[in-house]
Amino acid sequence: MNKIVANAQDAIQDIPSGAVIMLGGFGLCGIPENCITALVSRGINNLTCISNNAGVDDFGIGLMLKQHQVKKMISSYVGENAEFERQLLSGELEVELIPQGTLAERIRAGGAGIPAFYTPAGFGTEIAEGKEIRYFGDKPHLLEHALHADFAIVKAWKGDAFGNLIYKGTARNFNPMMATAGKITIAEVEEIVPVGSLDPNNIHTPGIYVQRIFQGSGYEKRIEQRTFRTTL
Amino acid sequence: MLDKYGIAQRIAKEVKEGFYVNLGIGIPTLVANYIPAHISVMLQSENGLLGMGPFPVEADIDPDLINAGKQTVTMIAGASLFSSAESFAMIRGQHVDLTILGAMEVSDSGDIANWKIPGKMVKGMGGAMDLVASAQNIIVAMQHCNKEGESKLLPECTLPLTGVGCVKMVVTDLAVLEITPEGFLLKERAPGVSVEEIIQRTAGRLKVPAFVPEMVL
Repeated sequence: MNKIVANAQDAIQDIPSGAVIMLGGFGLCGIPENCITALVSRGINNLTCISNNAGVDDFGIGLMLKQHQVKKMISSYVGENAEFERQLLSGELEVELIPQGTLAERIRAGGAGIPAFYTPAGFGTEIAEGKEIRYFGDKPHLLEHALHADFAIVKAWKGDAFGNLIYKGTARNFNPMMATAGKITIAEVEEIVPVGSLDPNNIHTPGIYVQRIFQGSGYEKRIEQRTFRTTL
Repeated sequence: MLDKYGIAQRIAKEVKEGFYVNLGIGIPTLVANYIPAHISVMLQSENGLLGMGPFPVEADIDPDLINAGKQTVTMIAGASLFSSAESFAMIRGQHVDLTILGAMEVSDSGDIANWKIPGKMVKGMGGAMDLVASAQNIIVAMQHCNKEGESKLLPECTLPLTGVGCVKMVVTDLAVLEITPEGFLLKERAPGVSVEEIIQRTAGRLKVPAFVPEMVL
């Protein structure tokens, strides 16, 4: 049951070019920094990346975009990345934009064995094109399909050798659903603690979903909008 | 005429005791500054926080605690944290009382466009489509006209839609308007703004009552 691997390089060493990968995080908050660095240095390409955002030009998934490793991005908001926009407008990069709640639920459904579901989000907009529409009561809904990944890469605060995870603050975001939706789920954590020391009442991701875990290092946790007040 | 702070201040009057409120990026975020201290509300941030507090003092900045605009924030006492799936369950399940968001265009039937300018801007819709499709009470905060001076209150949206027939109220620098089956209903004018100016700057159907009070901020 010991799922601990040495580091990010070991954790991602069998991800092939062309793989579909999920990467946790919202903006730069709760992103798997160590694994992204390792993916950049391994240089695999043709990846389909499912992630709420695409990082910024010089951090997060932006680093993979710069190396032209990403063939397709599936996201809800990509507005902070000029290189992304350039590749998209020039046709180098394929992108599928999905409403954020639909994205979260499609991933949740993937991990939970629900093949598809109906949601009102996007009715009457261009994202409804080609989708089945069904009325429940007097309200129209779109049929949306589950998302799965070959590899889901998540970032947590604490974890143990069984793969149990606890997230911190709003760094949780997409990580718990993605952990459930990967054929192989890789968790990088700030601290690996002994099995039995995490309170079972407070575990966010039970270890059954996680295949590999390692303690990351050198977290930068870059802040996109550093806002603070000067009065108490 | 109101500046963006004035728009936020006017919208804050729509926030009632006990409300759970989702504030969008931009002017809506400013609304939090004008909610009176005696009113108890919970701000929902769709990246997974209920009970968002003010910006931190510099020493308390935590990169693991941000709002949907990626700004560093704090939590009030009684706050809770959750995943994005749970966050949108709250939104889709209509547990949020009030949603305030910005827009590029609003139509007189309550359609909203705020996520894409074809060929120019591809940022994505984020959570906006989920919010407008499910929220029961949506207020749009925006300028009445764009930078070219063209009305953003239209008979039909020209930009790709975010949602259909969902907006209930619009607060602009010039006016407060409700969406009714007869189009925009002029409810209030901003200080120093005439009814004639609002008529001139509104392209969509506009119903003007005999008396239009000036806003009380």
